Amino acid sequence: MKKVPSCWLLALLFVLCFTLATLFVPRAAWWNAVPRAADWNKGQSQSDNVFKLLLGEGRRLLGNEMFVMADVYFHSGYYPSMFDQQETDRDVADPAHGQADDANSTSDDFLGPPRDWIAALDRQFVPNRHTHLSSGGPSGHVKAVTVQEILPWLKLAADMNPQMIDSYTVGAYWLQTSLHNPREAQAFLFEGLHNNPGNTELLFDLGRVYNEGYHDANRARNVWLAGLRCWEVQPADAKTNVQSLYLCEEITMSLARLEENDGHWPQALKYLERVKQISPDPEGIQKQIDEAKKKAMGDK
Amino acid sequence: MNTIWALAGVVIKELYRRKDFYVLFVLTAVITIVAGSVRFFQDPNIVRYVKDLCLLLIWISALLVTIATAARQIPAERESRTIFPLLAKPVTRGQVILGKFLGCWLASGIVLVVFYVFFAVVTGSREHYWPVLDYVQALLLQWIMLGVVTAMTLLGSIVFAAPSSTVTIVFIVVAGILFLGRHLNTVAMHYPEPLHSVIYAVYFAIPHLELFDVRERVVNDWGLVSWLACGLATLYAAAYAGLFLMLTWLAFRRKSLN
Repeated sequence: MKKVPSCWLLALLFVLCFTLATLFVPRAAWWNAVPRAADWNKGQSQSDNVFKLLLGEGRRLLGNEMFVMADVYFHSGYYPSMFDQQETDRDVADPAHGQADDANSTSDDFLGPPRDWIAALDRQFVPNRHTHLSSGGPSGHVKAVTVQEILPWLKLAADMNPQMIDSYTVGAYWLQTSLHNPREAQAFLFEGLHNNPGNTELLFDLGRVYNEGYHDANRARNVWLAGLRCWEVQPADAKTNVQSLYLCEEITMSLARLEENDGHWPQALKYLERVKQISPDPEGIQKQIDEAKKKAMGDK
Repeated sequence: MNTIWALAGVVIKELYRRKDFYVLFVLTAVITIVAGSVRFFQDPNIVRYVKDLCLLLIWISALLVTIATAARQIPAERESRTIFPLLAKPVTRGQVILGKFLGCWLASGIVLVVFYVFFAVVTGSREHYWPVLDYVQALLLQWIMLGVVTAMTLLGSIVFAAPSSTVTIVFIVVAGILFLGRHLNTVAMHYPEPLHSVIYAVYFAIPHLELFDVRERVVNDWGLVSWLACGLATLYAAAYAGLFLMLTWLAFRRKSLN
């Protein structure tokens, strides 16, 4: 058999590579594309991404791991392993849930004192202090934008498990607050709503992006009202849990603040009365109602 | 000493004649560049996940190259019968072991330099920040660790029958130490005696290769490890490498070459 010259083989390989590239590149771009609001009505779901193609429904198991990786990066690698006392609270999510970003909250010294000289030496070679990226990182003077490093993991968590709401809310929170990027926060929340239509938490956060990021009170009001409607249509048992009641309180209070700012006092008082019914601190809300009434009288 | 250097030179020449390193380097480069080209939230400055991935690939590749190179040195000499003319010259078995060790260790150093230059270029081009000293320290620590692995593999190549079994067993042992070594003392706490003491004894007996893994520090910009700690770790590694080389020499001295 006649030997094929190597230059011919090279040319053949080049043609093959080019053909494969032209076949796969447009598809890869489409797999990874973030759908915008205009894409909502298209038949293809965002969750039909490359991970679904490769891993099927099993990818959901990895969603939580990806979220944990975001928390690991948030702590600059100082994180308990499977052999240490486990981290129960995800510090990366606390500010997004309205809790203080306390660098000394959990796992401050999960390692404890070193047990032997090898462990003591080992501490020199690994991250050995509890810090948060949002408060300066290991050196204490890292720019706030370094929080961006957690974002790939949150995106992957959302791709792996599109029903994991925390990925969207935490990602949108950091995009909006530290990175001042309301456009991407909005797109990420849209993606979440695409995969979880009518989710109250996502609608509340989207309203916050409109209100604080775009200073667009009208759109924020509409989204929060939609959130309130979605909350109302939930089954009774879903509405009575503490987290759900807290969310309803937050949305109603945000609406009350919007109406106060616009001088719509009757509407504001209506929302505050509603908050009073579900709040764990009705006396505090009553004080706010009294103050609002005084302001309303003053305006008249 | 000249004999040892001559033997080491042959091993280094073998490294660039074989395809293992090129394949692993191209694979590492392609995976890193593809991962780096993904843009999350239209932000071009996100870099730590790329650093993390690239360093992981460097660790895997360097281990594979080192173990595969060291595992076949003496068995290949025996198989091709080149060991006989080699030992017919005024070369002792100890010098063969030292020459092979030095060659494999230097070869792994060359591999690491190439990988770390690529790593520095990729990450520096993205984050516009060049912590060169951090990278040099990470490279040196990894190279010292590879010295222990090389010595361990040479011992394995004398003890086990075939290079393939040496590669597999050493790779499993090294991976086991890297994943579990640091935690064995914690695990020991959960067991009653005598298992507690057994696990603790294993903890003190194994070479703690994970000491030399500063990837988390490099990725998350923790800065330099104290040079005193690095010096202590180097002495620790030298002791283990010396022990493994001594055992290799003892085993090779009595080994029949036929």
